[in-house]
Amino acid sequence: MFDALTWAVSLTALALAAWCGNAAYLDQPTKDWHFIGMAVVTVLALAQLVIGIVRLAQGDKPDESTTVFVAYLVGSACAIPAVGFMSLSERTRWGSVTVAAGAVVLAVLEVRLWDVWEGGGHA
Amino acid sequence: MPESETPRAEAPEPGPAGAGEPERRGRRLAIGKGPGRLLVLVYGVFTVAAASRSLYQLIAQYEEAPLAYVLSAVSALVYAFITVSLVRGGEGARRAALLCCAAELVGVLTVGTWTLVEPSAFPDATVWSDYGMGYLFIPIFLPVTGLLLLRRAQRA
Repeated sequence: MFDALTWAVSLTALALAAWCGNAAYLDQPTKDWHFIGMAVVTVLALAQLVIGIVRLAQGDKPDESTTVFVAYLVGSACAIPAVGFMSLSERTRWGSVTVAAGAVVLAVLEVRLWDVWEGGGHA
Repeated sequence: MPESETPRAEAPEPGPAGAGEPERRGRRLAIGKGPGRLLVLVYGVFTVAAASRSLYQLIAQYEEAPLAYVLSAVSALVYAFITVSLVRGGEGARRAALLCCAAELVGVLTVGTWTLVEPSAFPDATVWSDYGMGYLFIPIFLPVTGLLLLRRAQRA
């Protein structure tokens, strides 16, 4: 379940990045549909946060430290809302670029999160 | 861009003495708008990344590589200062950010060279190790982009 969510968040984040990148290319600000897309990615990231904490509560241990794991989970959940608000106050193509960049950051966070949870060395 | 009129929480409010003269925030040179908005994001991300990383390492494993962790903390401070300057805007902030971007570039080059020349001094990596290789070399492109953008903002 947790691995599936990591994949889901990564892939939807990359799709969002491509979509908003395209909007920037077309010289458009973020629109309602983009915000719905951001909401979808955020809901997935929040689900991941909840499930990650449940797994910790059940006694599972991440490969690296628990603190780092929780920090990455929280960071992943905050990434898209943060860039969403930034694009609300920047109604130009640069708002779309910001969301695209934030989504790429989220995908990178997911890779790191996977490392921290599974351990990059012996996965 | 009428939103720029909204007062920001982090901007220091003028005290009772300055209450008589309204500050025209809308007139301020907005360096964190447009393309600058992307710069705010990347600097913000690096502030959070470098600060949380160095804070955690300084607290949890200081003995392992004190020099590396302190250097990461310094980079976090530089990133934080530039982020705040970009958000605040204004000519003073622009100059300060310009200075810090230059310092950042010097820092990345120095630490990057240092880690290559004397790896034994660094049992663990810093944010700026190997010219920021662990962060896709963004740390070395970031100050260059910042310098170019901040110089252009002056002419605009």
